[in-house]
Amino acid sequence: MKPMLSAELALSQPIAEPPKIEVRNLSFYYGASQALKNISLSLPDRTVTAFIGPSGCGKSTLLRCFNRIYELYPRQRAEGEILLDGENILDRAQDLNLLRTRIGMVFQKPTPFPMSIYENIAFGIRLYENLSKSEMDDRVEQALTRAALWNEVKDKLDASGLSLSGGQQQRLCIARTVAVKPEVILLDEPASALDPLSTAKIEELIDELKDDYTIVIVTHNMQQAARVSTRTAFMYLGELVEFDLTERIFTAPREKRTQDYITGRFG
Amino acid sequence: MNAIYEAIPARIAGRRAAAVRRFALADAAFHALTRASAILVLVMLGGVGISLVVGAWPALSAFGFSFVTTQSWNPVTEKFGALAPIYGTIVTSAIAVLVAVPIGIGIAIFLTELCPRPLRRPIGIAVELLAGIPSIIYGIWGLFVFAPFLQIHLQPLVIDLFRGVPVLESLFAGPPYGIGLLTSALILAIMILPFTTSITRDVFETVPAVLKESAYGIGCTTWEVTRHIVIPYTRVGIMGGVMLGLGRALGETMAVTFVIGNAHRISPSLFAPATTISATIANEFTEADGELYTASLIALGLILFVLTFLILAAARYMLLRIERRTGA
Amino acid sequence: MSKASSLHARRKLKNAVMMTLSVMAAGVGLAWLGLILGALVWKGAAGLSLSVFTEMTPPPGEAGGLLNAIAGSIIMTFIAMIVGTPIGVLAGTYMAEYGRYSRLSMVVRFINDILLSAPSIVIGLFVYELMVRPMGHFSALAGAAALAMLVVPVVVRTTEDMLNLVPNTLREAGTAIGAPRWIVIRSVAYRAALSGIVTGILLAVARISGETAPLLFTALNNQFWSSSLNTPMASLPVTIFQFALSPYEEWQQLAWTGALLITLTVLGLSIFARSLTARREDR
Repeated sequence: MKPMLSAELALSQPIAEPPKIEVRNLSFYYGASQALKNISLSLPDRTVTAFIGPSGCGKSTLLRCFNRIYELYPRQRAEGEILLDGENILDRAQDLNLLRTRIGMVFQKPTPFPMSIYENIAFGIRLYENLSKSEMDDRVEQALTRAALWNEVKDKLDASGLSLSGGQQQRLCIARTVAVKPEVILLDEPASALDPLSTAKIEELIDELKDDYTIVIVTHNMQQAARVSTRTAFMYLGELVEFDLTERIFTAPREKRTQDYITGRFG
Repeated sequence: MNAIYEAIPARIAGRRAAAVRRFALADAAFHALTRASAILVLVMLGGVGISLVVGAWPALSAFGFSFVTTQSWNPVTEKFGALAPIYGTIVTSAIAVLVAVPIGIGIAIFLTELCPRPLRRPIGIAVELLAGIPSIIYGIWGLFVFAPFLQIHLQPLVIDLFRGVPVLESLFAGPPYGIGLLTSALILAIMILPFTTSITRDVFETVPAVLKESAYGIGCTTWEVTRHIVIPYTRVGIMGGVMLGLGRALGETMAVTFVIGNAHRISPSLFAPATTISATIANEFTEADGELYTASLIALGLILFVLTFLILAAARYMLLRIERRTGA
Repeated sequence: MSKASSLHARRKLKNAVMMTLSVMAAGVGLAWLGLILGALVWKGAAGLSLSVFTEMTPPPGEAGGLLNAIAGSIIMTFIAMIVGTPIGVLAGTYMAEYGRYSRLSMVVRFINDILLSAPSIVIGLFVYELMVRPMGHFSALAGAAALAMLVVPVVVRTTEDMLNLVPNTLREAGTAIGAPRWIVIRSVAYRAALSGIVTGILLAVARISGETAPLLFTALNNQFWSSSLNTPMASLPVTIFQFALSPYEEWQQLAWTGALLITLTVLGLSIFARSLTARREDR
């Protein structure tokens, strides 16, 4: 399968393996207004890709297409193709629940469920797997350890998820996502509601998770994109302006708009 | 290759697919169940309307339109007309609203502008709690406390006062029974007061603080701010509250039945016993013998239903408009 | 200058007059309601004794209690809640979840709000036509059905309102880990809105426990103990109605006592219901 890359979007380092996610001519509409215009890009397996751009540029919208979470709302629709391992997930026949077990998502504001810490993790696992109590205990511990939260909560697994601090809540949400063993993790400005210390912890965590998962992160913080991602896509007014290795985007962008945005923020 | 998700598809994919099929079925079932319940709400209202028309049909076909224009209500000769109950219903409700609305607005002004802050919540809650007191309580108080008080102290005074004054003389003609139109209307006013108050207060609170502050800023007094900013801004909402109160008053049964006197005639005097639609039904329904009698009572119910439906629909529409504006 | 100051004085005076009127309105309104409650406690408490809860309603001119009326009220309220609550919660769920943006929800919301304040005596007539007439006799079941019809709109309204307060991000989060909608509703939305929904249910109990009009010609009344749902059954409100309008002093006293009991129940339920949501707001 030949990736559809225009000359502008050609990556300086071609992708050797087939991409994990390939977006082809994706357009998105909120009712009559178009929020994404003909986006095409390929995300390689087990790397971190960052979407940056000014607010309203469509970066979150693009992220929300990958697990079709927008389907919760009326009059939102996507056109085009998004291939996950070569399979079009925008297809009508695609089962949404199944899709979402493969593509997890963490939101801007921490969203612990109104239940105990343990149940927050077990809830997702229990949906698709029938585990014994001890197996479940192991899985919960595994997930919490993976999210670097185990040591902080192991003595209060029965406490409400809402009793944790904001940064802990966000890591709980990451643990919850990891627990159902997805292949892709979508992060929608995961640290924007957190203090600097918690932000650093989340970034550290992303770095550890990237060996096992394909990670897509939306951020309005360019330093964050530079720190955590291998590739960066710059979006503006619903268009994909430039997509390249993060290093190139921040040091030698090809597009003037990219350069303006980056220098404008830094300067 | 990493062990974690290489292993997943093989081991779990099948189980996941089975779970997903189960989910789809359960979800469709739950969706259908909730939808059916929502539709049931519509069916309930529709059912009320239809059953009333069916039940009232013998009376409607026997008397036709004259049912609403005839005053006589005679179970012996089986001649029934709804004019007296309709008159009583409208007069008591109108007086109740005229009394309750200004007082309600006054209390709302007090609560939003004048009341010391620590007292606002308790008084507000007290008003809302009173709105929940069953109407039979107001009825029993009206019968045993309020009516005798009016009969002994107030009514003789008023009757004497207006003797010889044209119009007023007949409006407040004796003898002082205690029970009657005005007593019922006043009880209704007390009963709907908590409703009008809490709705008026709620809509007053939708006025943006900036708007009030800028009026105070140019030197307006509290009354001027209320009169020229708050009330015009919330006019539609207040009207909605008034209509809601009116709807309650029209359909109220127990508070009125105790003190109206149940007399099927239209008297110019507000002190005279009278009847309302709901009081007539409550008093006579179980004793009604003969199909035409029962049907006539159900026809009264139908009239009440249509009347309150229209008023309440208008009220909801108005309150909806103010909700939309505040974007709540 | 003097003209301006006289205008100022007039404005101040007008303000003072209107504000005084407003305070008076509050005073008069609250005092009036206070008077009613005062009379209720005064007259009701006088007849309060153990026999009220242990003896049946007496024949005219004799002493007795309200046991069968209290029991009847509890039985019919209970059945009405069992029937009305699920319908109300499910309909509210449809309006806030599956059908949040649908036309049907808009219509149901409008109609439900009308049902919420519809005259309860009309509901009684409806149930009379629907059940009493075909069955040929009054029954506790018909009374419970009429009460259930009053429960539904209250529960629909609060369920919808409370589910609407659950942030959408929480639903998205549940959906994003692969949970189907009904599990998101059951395990996430209901849990988050639980105290609010319970409040609505308690308010519905409060609402129907004092309703008289819909029972007058559905459950009718019964001077004796009855545990059959297929026969007329006594209830506290209808007993109060009958006893208050009677010429017998013992009956009138029981009516006052019953009225006090109902009021205390209703106020107690409303205060408890409110405290549930108040705690939620604090969190």
